[in-house]
Amino acid sequence: MKRFDRRTLLRGTLAGGVVTVGLPLLDCFLDDNGIALAQGAPLPVRFGAWMWGCGMNPERWNPATEGTEFELPIELGALERELADGSRLRDQVSVLSGFDVKLDGRPNFPHTTGLMGTVTGNLPLEDYTVPAPTLDTIIASEIGSLTRFRSLEMSCTGNPNQSYSFENRGVPNAPEISPVALYQRVFGPDFADPNAGPFEPDPRLMLRQSVLSAVKDDRGRLLQRVGAHDRQRLDQFFTSVRQLEQQIDVLLAGPPNLQSCRKAAAPGPDDLGTEVGQATNTNRLMAELLSLALACDQTRVFSMMFSDRISGLRQAGSSSQHHQLTHDEPLDPEIGFQPEATEFVFASMEAWADFLERLADVPEGDGTLLDNCLVFGHSDVSLAKVHGITGVPMMIAGRAGGALKPGVHVAGATAPTTRVGLTIQQVMGLPTERWGARSMEATQAISEILA
Amino acid sequence: MPSYPPRPKRTRLLVGIIVLAAAGCGAETSRPSVAVDAGPIALRRLTVAQYGRSVHDALGAHIAIPSRIDPDDRRDGLLSVGATFAGVTPSGFEKYEAAAMTIAEQALDPEHRRALVDCEPASLTAPDDACASEFVERIGRRLFRRPLTTDESRSRVEIAHEASEALDSFYGGLELALASLLVSPEFLFRVEEIEPDPADSARTRLTSLAMATRLSYLLWNTAPDERLLSAGEQGALVDDAELAAEVDRLLASSRLEDGLRAMFSDIYDFRQFDDGLVRKDAALFPAFTQTMIDDAKEQTLRTIVDHLIRDRDYRTLFTTTQSFLTRRLGVVYRVPVATASGWEPYVFADGSDRVGLLAHISLNALHSHPGRTSATLRGKFVREVLLCQDVPTPPANIDFSILEDTTGELRTARERLEAHVTNDSCAGCHTLTDPIGLALEKFDAIGMYREEENGVRIDTSGELDGVPYGDAAGLGQAVSNHPSLGPCLVKTVFRYAVGRELETGEQELFAFLGERFADSGYVVTELLRELILSDGFRTTSGPRAVEETP
Repeated sequence: MKRFDRRTLLRGTLAGGVVTVGLPLLDCFLDDNGIALAQGAPLPVRFGAWMWGCGMNPERWNPATEGTEFELPIELGALERELADGSRLRDQVSVLSGFDVKLDGRPNFPHTTGLMGTVTGNLPLEDYTVPAPTLDTIIASEIGSLTRFRSLEMSCTGNPNQSYSFENRGVPNAPEISPVALYQRVFGPDFADPNAGPFEPDPRLMLRQSVLSAVKDDRGRLLQRVGAHDRQRLDQFFTSVRQLEQQIDVLLAGPPNLQSCRKAAAPGPDDLGTEVGQATNTNRLMAELLSLALACDQTRVFSMMFSDRISGLRQAGSSSQHHQLTHDEPLDPEIGFQPEATEFVFASMEAWADFLERLADVPEGDGTLLDNCLVFGHSDVSLAKVHGITGVPMMIAGRAGGALKPGVHVAGATAPTTRVGLTIQQVMGLPTERWGARSMEATQAISEILA
Repeated sequence: MPSYPPRPKRTRLLVGIIVLAAAGCGAETSRPSVAVDAGPIALRRLTVAQYGRSVHDALGAHIAIPSRIDPDDRRDGLLSVGATFAGVTPSGFEKYEAAAMTIAEQALDPEHRRALVDCEPASLTAPDDACASEFVERIGRRLFRRPLTTDESRSRVEIAHEASEALDSFYGGLELALASLLVSPEFLFRVEEIEPDPADSARTRLTSLAMATRLSYLLWNTAPDERLLSAGEQGALVDDAELAAEVDRLLASSRLEDGLRAMFSDIYDFRQFDDGLVRKDAALFPAFTQTMIDDAKEQTLRTIVDHLIRDRDYRTLFTTTQSFLTRRLGVVYRVPVATASGWEPYVFADGSDRVGLLAHISLNALHSHPGRTSATLRGKFVREVLLCQDVPTPPANIDFSILEDTTGELRTARERLEAHVTNDSCAGCHTLTDPIGLALEKFDAIGMYREEENGVRIDTSGELDGVPYGDAAGLGQAVSNHPSLGPCLVKTVFRYAVGRELETGEQELFAFLGERFADSGYVVTELLRELILSDGFRTTSGPRAVEETP
């Protein structure tokens, strides 16, 4: 990475007050990969995960036939919707049914094991624990250092303590729960607005760099005084310090040169909670903000938790929650499923469609933002009533810049869910050849969905 | 902070008896020695509360602490154990840095800088290294909880110099130097240094300076004050007598209230109130409001702290009718509260069901769903948190068909839950939790009293490990008398104090502390004193090794 002499620059910039930074100076802020943002360069490919809790009813969610043009099952009806450009959402989404989480004799901790198997490739030996890094952080550690934010984590039900994005067991990425706070973080005073006239770098940004370099100087002394456990944690800490330096470099470089980039409008006041209407609305508002954050290349990795794995979603005025209903509500013998619990499956699939629709609304290059994304939609179980971990419902939306062929149904035939995670990593350009542990180890990508 | 009625003078009767008894055996010291192989130490990330309090103490109480700091990690039921494992993610560090800038700006704003900076800069618009250095060294010592090294201090003075020059402002520069102290891992983590024990070279102990920090966060939930820090620097806290004197001082301080509050907020997972996660359905519970539930949390903490600082028996927290109420809470308890706004001491009437903490709104609302009670969650809390008993997680593949009430005839929680108990795979756990929770069924999901559910009179009778009871008050009595109640608190407070699980080499200490706690009449301040003076708190096996990933 090319470094500039911060001190010289700082004095130069500040000596005569704020000056407009010319292009040659700008260049020195970008590292070698920064060229990706220059005119004519390919558009970035983004990865995101979108998770909903408590699964679905397999016989009503899994398509009956494989390949394209399968009949959309009733619980996937939300994908029927038409997009702004006249195309169908279902043609942007591949459905992956019949992939299993394999226990190898380990316990099936309700709602935990299925989720962790799918997003970490490994199974926990204790309940409520995370056995390995989650897919989004694996990808972020490869591509996240190019952007202002390494990744953005969000959740829709107002719990600041729950996300399914983990660096490791002790290091969860805390989610943004408030659209107002997400807006402030991405589009607040630090945001370099491409439509706001000539760019003037904030002199304080460079002073913030000085603050960070002093912290890095503390590193060696501290590392000498701690054990192996703490060395790992401090490595993590200083990686985070470097990420913030990178963030400031990006801010100093000025507004992104991307046609679709514009500053988002500020959202109205937050209304957070577990009522399904609140979660649905938060999901829409966050998707709106995220779509512009992606269009402005503020990040290339995100994760969204629509509902918790033990889903606390509920209808106003009801004494029951989604998860509780999946266990307590009687199966209606006439129809063969739990009608009240199933309403939350429909609500979740509508929210998934809302999210994708928003990404597809942003034009980018010759297509849409969604064309340059890979969005992994999944749950923690199949049939929540029995904590099913066979046929965990998964979907992949978007074309990942042309690497994917969406609109396909693939039946996994008991293959491990990790084949999906492996495919995602390879599509995102990671050199991963095998992923997952024991029977969950996957070695083959799902070629049916590759372009 | 709440103000409590005056605190009675502490009596040391029980301790005196122990000293005499030991002297009678011909022992030189009053302290019997217990063999302890203490567990490992590690960096502990400041909790959100500790971060705020440490900033206030060092930089000024006027500072508004930004709310956007990464949440604490809860592990093995405690945030203080999670702090031993918590890391800092990129977004977490981003928040720390933003907070540091805001805090530094407030600390050195024109109104408050005089109180914080002892020297007068030569010029307001230019660097002054001497004055910056004075500030960095003095404030840095408070924030790092030790004197700064030459390098640490020099690099901050350089920042101040550079930034003062760039911004044409001495205090502007100082702000950035202060911010760089606030984002240092030396501030954000508690770093506990160790050394060989001169009395026994096979053992490793915390240094005197490390003891200052460990003591202060345990008892006051904040950084050491000047006197404790000085004692730490002078080596006093590795001396038995000097340590005991400092412990007495800290225990006698009103700041102990803050420490006890933090401890019980952590043990009872009251963060859920602070995070707004104890929500109820507005249509089903019109009396529920966020301010009411905030008061309910505060009621319980006031009750606990007032009880414990008066050195009352910990066990009687579960039978006491003494508490504190606001008028808002009075509405839900359906009792008159004379004070129009604010708190008043309140004693629930004889014969009332409101006996002990388990009858409080807070715990009943916390361990309920948004739309209904949960006898299982309430019972799980008593088993796991109060009695330290394991309740296994439910098996994954359960046949719930037995619970499917197709006829609508199961109208009470008892009828629905008894269905579990007739099913073998459920009975193992539900017989542990449900009878406890069913005793509390007359308190609905916001803790409001009711006689009936769906038109059926609620039956609150049951038994706890062989002790039968008829109602919530009887359950409180049974919990209070339960042989595991005291030992469980010993274990939990120890884990809270050292930020990790109890190690096998600490079993003997655990038993010893349990005996001393019982001998003291279950006085929590005595437990804290014994714990701090023990080798479990003062020694360690060394730095923690890497966690094994299976």
